[in-house]
Amino acid sequence: MKLHVLRPLVTVIGIVSIILVARALVVPDDFGVHERGYMYGWHRKGNEEDWKKFKIKYRGAEYCGNCHEKKYQTIQRSPHAIITCENCHGPAIDHPSEDRPKLDINKERAHCLRCHTYFNYPTSGRRLIRGIDPEGHNSGIECVMCHNPHSPGLGRAK
Amino acid sequence: MITRRDFLRYVVIGTAGAAAPLGLANPAGVLAGKDLTGPRWVFLLDTFKCVGCGLCVKACKTENEIPYEANVSRTWVERYVIMKDGTVLADTPKAARDGFTRNVIDLGQGKTQAIVTEDIAKAFFVPKLCNQCENPPCVQVCPVGATYQTKDGVVLVDRKWCIGCGYCIMACPYGVRFFHPVSHTAEKCNFCYHRISAGLKPACELACPFGARRIGDINDPDDEVTRIIKDGRVSVLRAEYGTNPRNYYIGLSEEVR
Ligand code: HEC
Ligand code: HEC
Ligand code: HEC
Ligand code: HEC
Repeated sequence: MKLHVLRPLVTVIGIVSIILVARALVVPDDFGVHERGYMYGWHRKGNEEDWKKFKIKYRGAEYCGNCHEKKYQTIQRSPHAIITCENCHGPAIDHPSEDRPKLDINKERAHCLRCHTYFNYPTSGRRLIRGIDPEGHNSGIECVMCHNPHSPGLGRAK
Repeated sequence: MITRRDFLRYVVIGTAGAAAPLGLANPAGVLAGKDLTGPRWVFLLDTFKCVGCGLCVKACKTENEIPYEANVSRTWVERYVIMKDGTVLADTPKAARDGFTRNVIDLGQGKTQAIVTEDIAKAFFVPKLCNQCENPPCVQVCPVGATYQTKDGVVLVDRKWCIGCGYCIMACPYGVRFFHPVSHTAEKCNFCYHRISAGLKPACELACPFGARRIGDINDPDDEVTRIIKDGRVSVLRAEYGTNPRNYYIGLSEEVR
């Protein structure tokens, strides 16, 4: 072959081989087409495991009930039984442990008002919850001064 | 002399041959069918039951390490107020992280609009999260294979692989994607993949006191969620986009976008 054909040809082959070698080195073995096909399943398989290893933080009310049994039993008999403990106390993560011996206690009015600000909204379950007017109902005082959050039905005025 | 016909033949053979090592010409991979073994996760959302307390948003942000003060979230709750004269008002202040505690619509930029309760025709709350579409457009546009769908239908983002180009954020018709303020990669709801893979409920479902949001396995005919989806009156968001979204809503109104 003539030199002016050979030279560019060798250059192109060289560049392509460098790219292919680099790709083989950089791209991990588990990168490729997986279950959902080329269009949706082209990925690094190991990333699925990475996500599965993400830290679990919320443990559920039954877990709390193992130790705080009285609290658990009390709330189960109240209309607040549907609210899981961690909504008001924050996620368990590894509580009880050295760096998490206790959990937070949210006593803010705003927290109770998430559900108890009265909205008369047709077609929404919100209107079915006994609500109050935040400005009118003892404003400025924490709700839990008067209401027991674990048993709001009984003994209203604590 | 090479004929035109031969030339074309060599080009075709040459291209196919060059593609083979790239794995692009693997017909089994390209045409991979759907495998019905194992779960296919879907969500059922009830707009009658949702009261807009926002505890799902709070739990989601904490569980998934989305900076609490940043105005981004994997899930959010929208309030729709439809007045008797047909006006549609909607808001989701701070993604409803702190719920809805005032009967006032947040128009953004510090502006608000009071609601006259007597003039309301219907008002309700709509929880939103990733639809884990059967045909996810966000995955199609990813140039590097950093976002993908698993066998059980969940669309994940590979934070190590994502280059942060933002195409997927633009491609999602539901606006569920955003940039993670810390990792600076694309971020989205993944049905709490770490929890559901371990047999737990997603954090938002655990936090919801009213059963307004529930995960289900559409491949399991005995799953209650599956039964409600199969025989109940449910609808999906923006069906016309052809993405085949997998979040089913009870009580969706045409005003909901
Ligand atoms: C393995 C047993 C155990 C489990 C499970 C457990 N706790 Fe605790 N918790 C403790 C102990 C021990 C303390 C410390 C008690 C103390 O110092 O008064 C504590 C303290 C607390 C406090 C602070 C009490 C105070 O007086 O300040 C709260 C709130 C709390 N736990 C909530 C929870 C919640 C919510 C859960 C479930 C997510 C939970 N705990 C699960 C053992 C447990
Ligand atoms: C609606 C919100 C709410 C829920 C749900 C809730 N708590 Fe509490 N909890 C509070 C508040 C508020 C206080 C502080 C009460 C006070 O100071 O009067 C508290 C106090 C506590 C304390 C320590 C103080 C004490 O009274 O001894 C423990 C332990 C506790 N809760 C455990 C639980 C457990 C376990 C659950 C779930 C079974 C639970 N809580 C569910 C709001 C809640
Ligand atoms: C997740 C929503 C939610 C949150 C948050 C919440 N509640 Fe409730 N609360 C309810 C529901 C639901 C009921 C029962 C519905 C009813 O009877 O109106 C209820 C009932 C009550 C009642 C009336 C009980 C009765 O039978 O008379 C009081 C008082 C009350 N809650 C106080 C509080 C206080 C104080 C807080 C904050 C510590 C709080 N709630 C937080 C949902 C909530
Ligand atoms: C100073 C004490 C006090 C404080 C603070 C207080 N309440 Fe009450 N609340 C009462 C009393 C007493 C009643 C029962 C009398 C009544 O029905 O008005 C009551 C009734 C209620 C009821 C039942 C209303 C009904 O229609 O049956 C709810 C719900 C309630 N409160 C929620 C709250 C919430 C939420 C807060 C905090 C934002 C709060 N309360 C703060 C004393 C208080």
